[in-house]
Amino acid sequence: MILSGKAAIWKDYQKEIADDRYFYVRSCVRQNFFPGAETTFLRIMREELGKDVYEHPCHTTCTGIGYHSDVVPIDTMMTVVARQFALMTESGYENLVPSCITSFGIYTEVLDTWKHFPEVEEKVRNYLRKATGREFQIPKNLAHASDIIYKFRSEIAAKAKYKLVNQITGEPLKVVEHIGCHYSKMFPSKGVGGAEYPYVLVGMIEEWGGELVDYPERRHCCGFGFRQYLVQANRGYSMSCSHKKFESMEPYKPDMIITNCPGCPMFLDRWQYAIAEMEGKTYGENGMGIPVFTFEEVAGLVMGYNPWDLGLQAHQVSCEPILDKIGIPYKKEEKYNGIKGKKLGKPEMPVKLKCC
Amino acid sequence: METATYLASLGFKTTLIEKSGQLGGKIRNWYKLFPNFSHSIEVFNHLQRGIDLSDVVVKLNTEVVAVEKMNPGFVLQLNNSEKLNADSIVICTGYDLFDARLKEEYGYGIYDNVITSAELEKMFASDKGIITKSGQPPKKIGFVHCVGSRDEKVGNTYCSKVCCVTGVKQAIEVKEMIPGCEVFNFYMDLRMFGMHFEAMYKKAQEEHGVNFVRGRLSECAETIDGAINLKVEDTLLGRPMKLSVDMLVLMVGMVPSEGTKKIGSLLGLEFGKNGFFKSRDQHSMANISNIPGVFMAGACINPITISHVFGHAHSAALMVASYLNNLPIENRVTEVV
Repeated sequence: MILSGKAAIWKDYQKEIADDRYFYVRSCVRQNFFPGAETTFLRIMREELGKDVYEHPCHTTCTGIGYHSDVVPIDTMMTVVARQFALMTESGYENLVPSCITSFGIYTEVLDTWKHFPEVEEKVRNYLRKATGREFQIPKNLAHASDIIYKFRSEIAAKAKYKLVNQITGEPLKVVEHIGCHYSKMFPSKGVGGAEYPYVLVGMIEEWGGELVDYPERRHCCGFGFRQYLVQANRGYSMSCSHKKFESMEPYKPDMIITNCPGCPMFLDRWQYAIAEMEGKTYGENGMGIPVFTFEEVAGLVMGYNPWDLGLQAHQVSCEPILDKIGIPYKKEEKYNGIKGKKLGKPEMPVKLKCC
Repeated sequence: METATYLASLGFKTTLIEKSGQLGGKIRNWYKLFPNFSHSIEVFNHLQRGIDLSDVVVKLNTEVVAVEKMNPGFVLQLNNSEKLNADSIVICTGYDLFDARLKEEYGYGIYDNVITSAELEKMFASDKGIITKSGQPPKKIGFVHCVGSRDEKVGNTYCSKVCCVTGVKQAIEVKEMIPGCEVFNFYMDLRMFGMHFEAMYKKAQEEHGVNFVRGRLSECAETIDGAINLKVEDTLLGRPMKLSVDMLVLMVGMVPSEGTKKIGSLLGLEFGKNGFFKSRDQHSMANISNIPGVFMAGACINPITISHVFGHAHSAALMVASYLNNLPIENRVTEVV
């Protein structure tokens, strides 16, 4: 591997990322999948970096899942997106930051469509006007939440309590990065690092002390292609995508996986349980799985946040071994406590995938 | 070189301006030529012998930095502060190889064992022979045709003409140097247009067992042991296939050279839509530019084989001779039907 070759491509694919005053739009599904990720983003942005991040209570889905699943027509999708822009405009913000990769892809696609077909934008403006009476400005800057953390990765590193380093061996942790398909595969120039060798997560890994694992199926989908999963008959295909990736990364013995999409950590995490049950195969050390994290969770870990505040107990693959490797303290007895300390009960343990 | 040789032989005072430190251009980098596998150095020696036998003034490490149009003729300002008066100019700025890094999905410049067809030629000529990054002869090699040619994604919609047959030639050379090596050529279609090309293609399959797979690669990835995993569709079978090779060779096409762009801008020459020089007429006046007294030859006009370059070179010499002898042949005007 010639790293200078990658660096040259990374240099070609940089994008403008706003410095402050963000209009943050949450994901439909992330709060259920990994409940601490978005709150960790807001905590880092507001409390650690002192940035102005605004959320609007009337924000809705972007309809991306429905659009990509062929149940929401494009005009409807664009009108809903126009309404999000109107909320941003009414709130006095210009920099849109979606939490969801598919939303980022949807917003990017809509803006690109309107750029090339202004008459479509005018049509959608009329739809929104008739339906809601609202007007909107085009966002001055559109960046995914992972772009924002990428932008401030050095500031986070400067405040970090921990590094992505094995405290026993002193070696950098071997980290697999996986971007959501809708981050840059549709519009390579809109993603940091482009589509073939994306850098947005690599930049975080490098800055926080880890070492990138590049494996043959790095580009492959995690298995959360919407129709692969939403159509029940296709779910075997979904799992085969994840399986293919795990088989490909296995020889590199990765310590962890970092992602920036709602679906990728969900599927790469949960399917490890399913594959273990079906095939008896596990991919981590000692019969355990490879921990899969969102970029916010990893940022929170290096910042020294309590792993249970980050929501890591909601992961299928146990995080304790990687916490031990990094040297992050945690209280086992508090893993399944609620916010106010109420015991929520320990979930049933899988048979084949070892968990803590 | 060939145009200069003929012009000097015809009695014209001829100066050859070469920006590098030696004559010959890219032919010095090739090992053997299709379709007869003659050594390319033979062609270079032939060209050099012509220069030696004639009174051509050769200026190496020299570039034209400015051009002043006189009436008639030109004054060329050279990078060594010298000025050169010329009644006529022949542009022979050749081509550049397509930068394979632009096809990011193939991993050139990133994966150790992804190389270009030009780099393979150097391996053929090297004492070490064909070896992977780890120093071992490959057991499997893949050739990807049309890299940077006939590809709207990179903005080159034209055919580079020589890559198909070069891919066949190089596949045979690999089989001759490493008989046990499995060779796969991935192509869109094979344009064996020249005399003996088709026979060479047939020979590659029948005598050397080269595998020709119709389909373009979607992506390459490096494995932990440095091999290259390929994903490609076999369009004859209508099925996707995946295989691993020890070395991947990208058949890079021709693009307009930096020298072509530079001298074209200095002189005000017209460029065609593909960025090469535009001929007055593609059929009958290929060597004639839009500026009286300025002629062109070779791959600065379009992708071309070495065989055809000689025809261009001789033709350009005749055009210049005609022009300098005040024969108005190039100004023939015919009615466009």
